[in-house]
Amino acid sequence: MQPEQGRDARRRHGSFSLSFAATELDARSAIASLAERLRAATLPESFVSAVQIAFAEAVNNIVEHAYADAAAGDVQARCDLGPEGLRIEILDSGHPLPDGQLPAGAPVDVSGPRTCLPEGGFGWFLIRELTSELSYLRSGGTNRLTMRFDI
Amino acid sequence: MTLTSTVTGTARIVTVNADRIDAAMAIQFKEEMRAEIESGPDHVILDLSAVDFIDSSGLGAIVASVKQMPDHRRLDLAGLTPTVEKVFRLTRMDMVFRLFPSLDDALTAPPN
Repeated sequence: MQPEQGRDARRRHGSFSLSFAATELDARSAIASLAERLRAATLPESFVSAVQIAFAEAVNNIVEHAYADAAAGDVQARCDLGPEGLRIEILDSGHPLPDGQLPAGAPVDVSGPRTCLPEGGFGWFLIRELTSELSYLRSGGTNRLTMRFDI
Repeated sequence: MTLTSTVTGTARIVTVNADRIDAAMAIQFKEEMRAEIESGPDHVILDLSAVDFIDSSGLGAIVASVKQMPDHRRLDLAGLTPTVEKVFRLTRMDMVFRLFPSLDDALTAPPN
Protein backbone atom coordinates (compact mmCIF):
# COMPACT_ATOMS: atom_id res chain seq x y z
CA MET A 1 0.00 0.00 0.00
CA GLN A 2 1.36 3.40 -0.96
CA PRO A 3 1.99 5.80 1.93
CA GLU A 4 -0.66 8.18 0.57
CA GLN A 5 -3.28 5.44 0.57
CA GLY A 6 -2.39 4.55 4.14
CA ARG A 7 -2.79 8.16 5.18
CA ASP A 8 -6.12 8.43 3.42
CA ALA A 9 -7.35 5.22 4.99
CA ARG A 10 -6.48 6.49 8.44
CA ARG A 11 -8.15 9.86 7.79
CA ARG A 12 -11.34 8.24 6.56
CA HIS A 13 -12.20 6.80 9.89
CA GLY A 14 -13.65 8.41 12.92
CA SER A 15 -16.65 9.86 14.64
CA PHE A 16 -17.63 13.40 15.27
CA SER A 17 -20.66 15.30 16.35
CA LEU A 18 -22.17 18.62 15.39
CA SER A 19 -24.58 20.43 17.71
CA PHE A 20 -26.48 23.48 16.64
CA ALA A 21 -29.69 25.41 17.16
CA ALA A 22 -32.50 24.79 14.70
CA THR A 23 -32.23 28.14 12.96
CA GLU A 24 -31.46 28.75 9.30
CA LEU A 25 -28.14 30.46 10.00
CA ASP A 26 -26.93 27.89 12.51
CA ALA A 27 -27.97 25.16 10.11
CA ARG A 28 -25.98 26.83 7.36
CA SER A 29 -22.83 26.75 9.56
CA ALA A 30 -23.37 23.14 10.50
CA ILE A 31 -23.83 22.11 6.87
CA ALA A 32 -20.64 23.93 5.92
CA SER A 33 -18.76 22.39 8.86
CA LEU A 34 -19.80 18.92 7.83
CA ALA A 35 -18.57 19.52 4.28
CA GLU A 36 -15.24 20.81 5.60
CA ARG A 37 -14.81 17.76 7.82
CA LEU A 38 -15.47 15.41 4.94
CA ARG A 39 -13.08 17.25 2.64
CA ALA A 40 -10.43 17.10 5.37
CA ALA A 41 -10.95 13.34 5.35
CA THR A 42 -10.02 13.46 1.66
CA LEU A 43 -13.35 12.13 0.52
CA PRO A 44 -14.15 12.71 -3.15
CA GLU A 45 -15.93 15.96 -3.91
CA SER A 46 -18.88 14.15 -5.48
CA PHE A 47 -19.41 12.29 -2.20
CA VAL A 48 -19.09 15.45 -0.12
CA SER A 49 -21.57 17.11 -2.45
CA ALA A 50 -24.13 14.33 -2.11
CA VAL A 51 -23.86 14.27 1.68
CA GLN A 52 -24.06 18.04 1.89
CA ILE A 53 -27.26 18.20 -0.14
CA ALA A 54 -29.02 15.40 1.75
CA PHE A 55 -27.90 16.70 5.13
CA ALA A 56 -29.03 20.23 4.26
CA GLU A 57 -32.47 19.01 3.26
CA ALA A 58 -32.87 16.95 6.44
CA VAL A 59 -31.75 19.82 8.63
CA ASN A 60 -33.93 22.34 6.79
CA ASN A 61 -36.91 20.12 7.52
CA ILE A 62 -36.14 20.21 11.21
CA VAL A 63 -35.70 23.98 11.19
CA GLU A 64 -38.91 24.52 9.26
CA HIS A 65 -41.21 21.89 10.72
CA ALA A 66 -39.95 20.18 13.82
CA TYR A 67 -39.74 23.34 15.89
CA ALA A 68 -42.17 25.29 13.75
CA ASP A 69 -44.28 26.87 16.47
CA ALA A 70 -41.79 26.89 19.29
CA ALA A 71 -38.41 28.31 20.14
CA ALA A 72 -35.64 26.77 18.06
CA GLY A 73 -34.44 23.69 19.86
CA ASP A 74 -31.16 21.91 19.48
CA VAL A 75 -30.15 19.54 16.76
CA GLN A 76 -27.38 17.02 17.05
CA ALA A 77 -25.76 15.25 14.14
CA ARG A 78 -23.62 12.25 15.05
CA CYS A 79 -21.36 11.23 12.21
CA ASP A 80 -19.49 7.97 11.87
CA LEU A 81 -17.04 7.62 9.07
CA GLY A 82 -15.61 4.24 8.13
CA PRO A 83 -14.15 2.44 5.13
CA GLU A 84 -17.58 1.51 3.82
CA GLY A 85 -19.02 4.98 4.13
CA LEU A 86 -20.63 7.57 6.36
CA ARG A 87 -23.51 7.25 8.77
CA ILE A 88 -25.21 10.36 10.09
CA GLU A 89 -27.77 10.30 12.88
CA ILE A 90 -29.68 13.53 13.28
CA LEU A 91 -31.50 14.01 16.57
CA ASP A 92 -33.98 16.69 17.52
CA SER A 93 -36.73 17.11 20.10
CA GLY A 94 -39.30 18.76 17.87
CA HIS A 95 -42.57 17.51 16.46
CA PRO A 96 -42.58 14.02 14.98
CA LEU A 97 -42.85 13.46 11.25
CA PRO A 98 -46.47 13.42 10.07
CA ASP A 99 -47.96 9.99 10.83
CA GLY A 100 -44.63 9.13 12.40
CA GLN A 101 -43.27 8.07 9.04
CA LEU A 102 -40.72 9.06 6.48
CA PRO A 103 -42.38 10.83 3.56
CA ALA A 104 -42.35 8.92 0.29
CA GLY A 105 -40.29 11.61 -1.38
CA ALA A 106 -41.70 10.98 -4.83
CA PRO A 107 -40.15 12.89 -7.73
CA VAL A 108 -41.74 16.25 -8.37
CA ASP A 109 -43.44 16.79 -11.70
CA VAL A 110 -41.68 19.56 -13.59
CA SER A 111 -43.19 18.84 -16.97
CA GLY A 112 -46.08 21.31 -16.91
CA PRO A 113 -46.30 24.92 -18.02
CA ARG A 114 -44.12 27.54 -16.39
CA THR A 115 -46.86 28.90 -14.17
CA CYS A 116 -47.38 25.42 -12.70
CA LEU A 117 -43.76 24.72 -11.84
CA PRO A 118 -43.33 23.51 -8.27
CA GLU A 119 -41.30 25.69 -5.93
CA GLY A 120 -40.95 23.08 -3.25
CA GLY A 121 -41.42 19.47 -2.29
CA PHE A 122 -37.98 18.41 -3.48
CA GLY A 123 -36.39 17.77 -0.11
CA TRP A 124 -37.35 14.20 0.71
CA PHE A 125 -36.88 13.15 -2.89
CA LEU A 126 -33.30 14.48 -2.81
CA ILE A 127 -32.65 12.76 0.52
CA ARG A 128 -33.88 9.42 -0.81
CA GLU A 129 -31.95 9.78 -4.05
CA LEU A 130 -28.67 10.53 -2.32
CA THR A 131 -28.75 8.15 0.64
CA SER A 132 -27.94 4.44 0.51
CA GLU A 133 -30.23 3.89 3.46
CA LEU A 134 -32.67 6.04 5.37
CA SER A 135 -34.55 5.35 8.58
CA TYR A 136 -36.54 7.22 11.18
CA LEU A 137 -37.32 6.52 14.79
CA ARG A 138 -39.39 8.49 17.22
CA SER A 139 -38.69 7.61 20.82
CA GLY A 140 -38.95 9.42 24.13
CA GLY A 141 -39.85 12.73 22.52
CA THR A 142 -36.86 12.59 20.21
CA ASN A 143 -36.69 12.27 16.44
CA ARG A 144 -33.81 10.23 15.10
CA LEU A 145 -33.19 10.32 11.39
CA THR A 146 -30.42 8.01 10.21
CA MET A 147 -28.83 8.42 6.81
CA ARG A 148 -26.19 6.18 5.36
CA PHE A 149 -23.95 7.10 2.46
CA ASP A 150 -21.99 4.21 1.00
CA ILE A 151 -18.69 5.06 -0.61
CA MET B 1 -26.58 43.27 -2.42
CA THR B 2 -26.63 39.57 -3.16
CA LEU B 3 -27.52 40.26 -6.78
CA THR B 4 -26.08 42.77 -9.20
CA SER B 5 -26.97 43.06 -12.84
CA THR B 6 -25.80 44.56 -16.05
CA VAL B 7 -27.40 44.77 -19.46
CA THR B 8 -25.34 43.73 -22.43
CA GLY B 9 -26.61 43.48 -25.96
CA THR B 10 -29.97 41.79 -25.75
CA ALA B 11 -29.61 40.20 -22.33
CA ARG B 12 -29.60 41.17 -18.69
CA ILE B 13 -26.92 39.33 -16.75
CA VAL B 14 -27.82 38.90 -13.09
CA THR B 15 -24.78 37.91 -11.05
CA VAL B 16 -25.21 36.13 -7.74
CA ASN B 17 -22.57 37.46 -5.36
CA ALA B 18 -23.01 34.80 -2.71
CA ASP B 19 -21.52 31.35 -2.35
CA ARG B 20 -24.81 29.73 -1.34
CA ILE B 21 -28.47 30.13 -2.16
CA ASP B 22 -30.10 28.37 0.75
CA ALA B 23 -33.07 28.47 3.12
CA ALA B 24 -31.56 31.39 5.05
CA MET B 25 -31.60 33.65 2.01
CA ALA B 26 -34.22 32.26 -0.35
CA ILE B 27 -36.73 35.01 0.39
CA GLN B 28 -34.14 37.74 -0.02
CA PHE B 29 -33.06 36.20 -3.31
CA LYS B 30 -36.62 36.17 -4.63
CA GLU B 31 -37.15 39.80 -3.70
CA GLU B 32 -33.90 41.00 -5.18
CA MET B 33 -34.42 38.97 -8.32
CA ARG B 34 -37.88 40.44 -8.81
CA ALA B 35 -36.41 43.93 -8.58
CA GLU B 36 -33.54 43.17 -10.94
CA ILE B 37 -35.62 41.68 -13.72
CA GLU B 38 -38.78 43.75 -13.59
CA SER B 39 -37.50 45.95 -16.39
CA GLY B 40 -35.10 45.48 -19.24
CA PRO B 41 -34.46 42.79 -21.84
CA ASP B 42 -36.70 39.74 -22.18
CA HIS B 43 -33.63 37.53 -21.95
CA VAL B 44 -32.13 37.14 -18.47
CA ILE B 45 -29.03 35.12 -17.67
CA LEU B 46 -28.40 34.18 -14.04
CA ASP B 47 -24.67 33.87 -13.43
CA LEU B 48 -24.22 31.25 -10.73
CA SER B 49 -20.46 30.83 -11.03
CA ALA B 50 -19.82 32.10 -7.50
CA VAL B 51 -22.40 29.76 -5.99
CA ASP B 52 -20.94 26.58 -4.50
CA PHE B 53 -24.10 25.27 -2.94
CA ILE B 54 -27.85 25.42 -3.39
CA ASP B 55 -30.55 23.60 -1.48
CA SER B 56 -34.16 22.97 -2.45
CA SER B 57 -35.15 26.39 -1.06
CA GLY B 58 -32.62 28.03 -3.33
CA LEU B 59 -33.87 25.98 -6.24
CA GLY B 60 -37.41 27.00 -5.37
CA ALA B 61 -36.37 30.64 -5.31
CA ILE B 62 -34.97 30.39 -8.84
CA VAL B 63 -38.13 28.63 -9.99
CA ALA B 64 -40.26 31.31 -8.34
CA SER B 65 -38.32 33.91 -10.32
CA VAL B 66 -39.00 32.34 -13.68
CA LYS B 67 -42.65 31.85 -12.79
CA GLN B 68 -43.02 35.60 -12.50
CA MET B 69 -41.78 36.02 -16.06
CA PRO B 70 -44.30 35.85 -18.89
CA ASP B 71 -43.66 33.15 -21.49
CA HIS B 72 -41.99 35.47 -23.98
CA ARG B 73 -39.18 36.14 -21.48
CA ARG B 74 -36.48 33.59 -20.79
CA LEU B 75 -34.23 32.83 -17.85
CA ASP B 76 -31.02 30.94 -18.60
CA LEU B 77 -28.55 29.74 -15.99
CA ALA B 78 -24.77 29.95 -16.39
CA GLY B 79 -21.70 28.74 -14.57
CA LEU B 80 -23.27 26.06 -12.44
CA THR B 81 -20.74 24.48 -10.10
CA PRO B 82 -20.93 20.70 -9.55
CA THR B 83 -23.16 20.64 -6.47
CA VAL B 84 -25.57 23.16 -7.93
CA GLU B 85 -25.74 21.24 -11.17
CA LYS B 86 -26.37 18.03 -9.24
CA VAL B 87 -29.43 19.54 -7.57
CA PHE B 88 -30.82 20.70 -10.92
CA ARG B 89 -30.15 17.35 -12.55
CA LEU B 90 -31.62 15.20 -9.78
CA THR B 91 -34.83 17.24 -9.67
CA ARG B 92 -34.98 17.30 -13.49
CA MET B 93 -34.94 21.07 -13.41
CA ASP B 94 -32.20 20.82 -16.03
CA MET B 95 -35.10 20.15 -18.40
CA VAL B 96 -36.80 23.38 -17.39
CA PHE B 97 -33.87 25.78 -17.71
CA ARG B 98 -31.08 26.01 -20.22
CA LEU B 99 -27.86 25.44 -18.31
CA PHE B 100 -24.61 26.82 -19.70
CA PRO B 101 -21.11 26.01 -18.40
CA SER B 102 -20.10 29.65 -18.60
CA LEU B 103 -21.54 33.11 -19.02
CA ASP B 104 -19.87 33.31 -22.44
CA ASP B 105 -21.67 30.17 -23.56
CA ALA B 106 -24.96 31.65 -22.42
CA LEU B 107 -24.33 34.92 -24.22
CA THR B 108 -23.30 33.33 -27.49
CA ALA B 109 -25.97 30.65 -27.61
CA PRO B 110 -28.64 30.94 -30.30
CA PRO B 111 -32.03 32.17 -28.99
CA ASN B 112 -33.64 28.74 -29.08
